[in-house]
Amino acid sequence: MVSALDLVLQNPALWRGNECARVAVPGVPTGFAELDAVLPGGGWPAGALTEIYAERPGMGELRLTMPAAAHLTRAERWVALVTPPHVPYAPALAAQGVKLARLLLVQAKTTDEGLWACEQALRTRGCGAVLAWLGHVHERGLKRLQLAAESGGAAALLFRSARVIPPSPAALRLHLGRSGNRTAVRILKRRSGSLPEPVMLDLHGAITERGKIKNKLTADGRQCMPLVEEIGNGK
Amino acid sequence: MLWLAVHFPSLALDVFARGTRAPGPLAIASSTGHNATVFACNRLAHGRGVRPGMPLAAACALASDLKVLARDAAQEHAAAVRVAAWAIRFTPTVSIAPPDGILLEVAGSLRLFGGLARLRALIERGLAEFGYGTVLACAPTPLAAQLFARAGLAVRIQHRDALRHALEKLPLEVLGQPPGITAALRDIGVGTIGECLRLPRDGVARRLGQSLIDRLDRALGDLPDPRPGFAPPAQFAATLPLPAPVHEAQALLFAARRLLAELCGFLAATGNGVQRLGLALAHEDRAGTHLALNFVAASRDPEHLASVVRERLARTDLPCPVTAITLASELLVPVAAHNLSFLPDAGSHLESAARLVERLRARLGDAAVAGLATVPDYRPEYAWQVCEPGRNSGEALPRQPDSRPLWLLASPRPLREDADVPCYQGPLTLLAGPERIESGWWDGNDVARDYFIARNPDEALLWIYRERSTGGGWYLHGFFG
Repeated sequence: MVSALDLVLQNPALWRGNECARVAVPGVPTGFAELDAVLPGGGWPAGALTEIYAERPGMGELRLTMPAAAHLTRAERWVALVTPPHVPYAPALAAQGVKLARLLLVQAKTTDEGLWACEQALRTRGCGAVLAWLGHVHERGLKRLQLAAESGGAAALLFRSARVIPPSPAALRLHLGRSGNRTAVRILKRRSGSLPEPVMLDLHGAITERGKIKNKLTADGRQCMPLVEEIGNGK
Repeated sequence: MLWLAVHFPSLALDVFARGTRAPGPLAIASSTGHNATVFACNRLAHGRGVRPGMPLAAACALASDLKVLARDAAQEHAAAVRVAAWAIRFTPTVSIAPPDGILLEVAGSLRLFGGLARLRALIERGLAEFGYGTVLACAPTPLAAQLFARAGLAVRIQHRDALRHALEKLPLEVLGQPPGITAALRDIGVGTIGECLRLPRDGVARRLGQSLIDRLDRALGDLPDPRPGFAPPAQFAATLPLPAPVHEAQALLFAARRLLAELCGFLAATGNGVQRLGLALAHEDRAGTHLALNFVAASRDPEHLASVVRERLARTDLPCPVTAITLASELLVPVAAHNLSFLPDAGSHLESAARLVERLRARLGDAAVAGLATVPDYRPEYAWQVCEPGRNSGEALPRQPDSRPLWLLASPRPLREDADVPCYQGPLTLLAGPERIESGWWDGNDVARDYFIARNPDEALLWIYRERSTGGGWYLHGFFG
């Protein structure tokens, strides 16, 4: 039996405080259903700035964005990487499903130039996402990025590593930390609703599950035998 | 037949003055010689009392800050050629009418461009963008159109019947006859073309020569008046002398825009796009600066070219002031005209991305923007390379996802060892491995390593290896970011 309350709650005009707002522009699916469920628009917000704070590098912050990058590049949208801190390793990107022909690598010497390059990319039609590592960006710069993302409709993902998290106009702010084998994604800010519990993601599960050390490593590490499949691969 | 004559009344002045937004008092000398006179002057100089025809010395006395440049006939001719190349977009029949005009046969173009008034407005707007003052006149014969334009009358005569009546009022001087002939006619009280036409033909021919009669007949359309057709040159090259040396690169953009507008007109007329563009800046007493602009995709969009040139100029340090700029199309590629599409498609994405690459490169340098490609090699550092964006067709070795880190260090970093345990911000725990990679003996860069996936106390995952050949030792090679 359908109660009168359920009928009222099904009304699309009704918004409940504890659920994600329905946003007009659907986001870019992150590829992690648990995360999509708590993000307005069901993914990385398109046409808006997202900040990702990693406690330390190596938290899986790049891995987190790979399904979306793969999705966008396969749809012939461009994804720009602006001043990445290390070499984005092409074979690993390809293994994650990213179409390398739609990837753009931009190296800028100063933060200002990097900011400018991000804006240019965000305003370009056909650009799906901009992943940027810009160091310290003042609030005005963040606002510029937000405006550029709005005008182009692309997702702007800014990776930051500040211990103290300053105020920002970003539409979505995530914090990444490790807890045991898993990555805890905490939402610091989203466009609507109260902040949910941290989402636990197993970003590196496949890495650690596969090829577990089978031979005990001896003191000098030399006697250990390579795994049979790796010998087949390696020669 | 309907001929549109474009006359440049101030061409000698415009070829210099159009390079700057606010020129000072400027006069063009008729020659570089001793007794040179003022050939033309701009409005500022006119305000100081300088008049065409007065001796240069007198002009300089009237305006102490007068800038005097010698007339450059070659520049004027080149300007007419570039305008003619641009005008091919309006009609296939274009002819250069020396010394300072071009002729367009527009009868067949009226419907396409929405009538004569609109066509004239289009041409006038385009030429104003180039920085030339113009007078446009229409007449059924090329010579009549030229005469009206030269007389400064922007007439629109479409029929032969009205032509004679209008021509009769023109003064004799516009015919461009030798001064002796004009003076002789004036002496007998003939001052206009109409009065001349009423004189007995054979008498005029005997006394003043057949050429005057022929010229009048051509203007009226009684004699054929074939005009040489204009064929655009194969390449575009234009020099814009600046009336005053320019110190900062940004100020050059104004002059560069003039040339870019002409370039795009030339490209549209010839159906080409520019792939490589040369921008040469001439300096007063040292070798010029040459800037090469490479385009990922050939283009003829003036806004796009201007934005690339702007970024490039902003990045350029000028060693000393610039006296002239030259724009040359170094590599042309045929570009098909676009059909406008109702929906954005992949092709248009590709084009706008190419433009993004060009804009970024213009400001950040060519090496700063790249694409990534995989290379089928087992050695991690040789398994990737940078390539032209969008051109990647590299193949990769089949690999399980997550067996390689997303971040690779540009060069492996040696790790400290603590009681035989490698350390990176604390002792590392080996999680997976070893994966032995031993390859590359053929090119001298052979590696022999055992790779492990390790975790440090901060819970970050690292890709490390142990050197098997030279003395061992642990190295960090990547992060599972």
